[in-house]
Amino acid sequence: MDLILAIGIGALVGSGVWLILRPRTYQVIIGLSLIAYGVNLFIFSIGRLRMNAAPVLAEGPINPADYADPTPQALVLTAIVIGFATTALFLVVLLVARGLTGSDHVDGRESN
Amino acid sequence: MGSAGHLVILPIILPLVAGAVLLLIDERRRALKASLSIIATVLVALTAFALLNIADLGSGGGAITSAYLLGNWPPPFSIVLVLDRLSALMLVLTALLALASLVFSLARWDRAGPHFHTLFQLLLMGLNGAFLTGDLFNLFVFFEVLLAASYGLMLHGSGAVRVKAGLHYIAINLVASFLFLIGIALVFNVTGTLNLADMAVKIPAVEPEDRALLHAGGAILGIAFLIKAGMWPLSFWLPNAYAAAAAPVAAIFAILSKVGVYVLLRLSLLLFGTEAGVSAGFGTNWLVTGGIATIIFGTVGVLASQAMGRLASYSVLVSTGTLLAVIGLADIEATSGALFYMVSSTLALSAFFLLVELVERSQDPVADVLAVTMEAYGQRFEDDDEKDDDVKEVGVAIPATLAVLGISFAACGLLIAGLPPLSGFIAKFILLSAVLGRGDMGGVTDVSTTSWIIITLLIISGLAAMISIVRAGIRTFWAPIEGVVPRVTVTEILPVGFLLALCLGMTIFGERVMRYTEAASISLHRPSGYIRDVLSTPPVPSSTGGGYVP
Repeated sequence: MDLILAIGIGALVGSGVWLILRPRTYQVIIGLSLIAYGVNLFIFSIGRLRMNAAPVLAEGPINPADYADPTPQALVLTAIVIGFATTALFLVVLLVARGLTGSDHVDGRESN
Repeated sequence: MGSAGHLVILPIILPLVAGAVLLLIDERRRALKASLSIIATVLVALTAFALLNIADLGSGGGAITSAYLLGNWPPPFSIVLVLDRLSALMLVLTALLALASLVFSLARWDRAGPHFHTLFQLLLMGLNGAFLTGDLFNLFVFFEVLLAASYGLMLHGSGAVRVKAGLHYIAINLVASFLFLIGIALVFNVTGTLNLADMAVKIPAVEPEDRALLHAGGAILGIAFLIKAGMWPLSFWLPNAYAAAAAPVAAIFAILSKVGVYVLLRLSLLLFGTEAGVSAGFGTNWLVTGGIATIIFGTVGVLASQAMGRLASYSVLVSTGTLLAVIGLADIEATSGALFYMVSSTLALSAFFLLVELVERSQDPVADVLAVTMEAYGQRFEDDDEKDDDVKEVGVAIPATLAVLGISFAACGLLIAGLPPLSGFIAKFILLSAVLGRGDMGGVTDVSTTSWIIITLLIISGLAAMISIVRAGIRTFWAPIEGVVPRVTVTEILPVGFLLALCLGMTIFGERVMRYTEAASISLHRPSGYIRDVLSTPPVPSSTGGGYVP
């Protein structure tokens, strides 16, 4: 489980980093989204990964060690919302840049 | 907690409410929007001064650091707002800059695009929140608020150059935000808390096997803030973005890079200060080295800049570099000098950004880029002037405009270069004496070499700034190709004069300002007071047993 998640986060962030270094704005925004997914999963995993465990506190005496930390789950919600909003804003700027410069190159002109 | 206790949250609430209300008012009712925006900013400034007073003299309880528990949960579980001398100083600085750039924008810039005032108020909210919060994740949220507003302001006025610079600015800041999140996650994983004061308590007790993870988290957080502060080699976005932004936006952006510096100062001294055990002094060498590299990069940029907007942007980098290098020394005297320098240089740079727009108004933007061969573009001046005439001027055109502009320009030059008699000189002088007088305490092994490098660079960067500003001044005021007097309205020159008058005030009342920065620096270097005051703040007892009753 840990390994799969780690590989998943690594693959997401790795492809994201590669994409944001590409010259097309569309590649950059996809790269940013992939990094955002990777980072959100990473924050989520900070609260410990547990399999076959109750998601909420059960009745009776409670051992906190049996449960995942809920704080990162709250944090990741905020991070998702903020990441989503800023990515949407970036998308608009990207479209404006395309309209103004007539090119989808990040520098507004081809670099040849 | 009396009504005075709630003052702490006003600098966040006021701009938020003002921004929301302004959103509902139609864009055509300019006068109403402008006056609402000004009123909100003036109120924030008054609150900031009241808070400065509270932070300096202590409220009734005598605690200098006062914490405000949001939701009335006991610390460390609640999100806290913390007011101490440093955050109060930053609040005042932000409010003063905001007033100046807002008044400046009323002359024409607020009409260059929709929702200028809303974005401006939200930027203020984000800035004030970032300075006040005592919680790492809350800091992230306020950072995003101020960044989201700054994205809008960066693009204000539109145009291909701004959109291009804005695209880079947004992409880089989004990546920095992701790094910020990763850093928070790592630090939270090790310490199990997001409250900065609680974190500072937990850090000395971190298990040795977790310490590498903690340091990795700290380093990643540091990189995120250094991107925002603009440390070389993370600063290539800054000159383009600041030079492309509209003048009042650039003027308020002058404090945006200082937010990164503020957070680094706060975190490095609180989390990795002298009381942090094994982790004490973590990352300070990097700050010094990075700061030195930034000063060099900024100085070369200042010398190479032909356009005044870029000159001002590279001066921002020199200022940031100086601050980072001096903060990295982790010395009480040096930090005190750094705070004085931060206030003085931010005010001066802000005034300079405003001034540049006024001075360059009569010039062709193409000529700025190729200023050396300006003669070739003489023909195009007239076309541009005709275009300028179409823009409706507000207020009276000042006679002898050039004289006023010239004097302000010279004052800005003196401030940025750090020459007497203005506050820039005092700031540089304190820095030099603090760096020179440093004993062999601190984590840096080759103390004298580092100090000498910083001293040399401080002087050289001042010289470079003087050369470039004098060169730009001569070209603009003494040797204009055509005798075009820029049209300047009272509302535009007043903010510049206001900011410069503040610097003059800092010179005259230098001792009082220094006493304040010294006290701020001492409490920063002894974080135990901050930690105790924050963690011992009791929740407000509720009189009814249910919910919070004010």
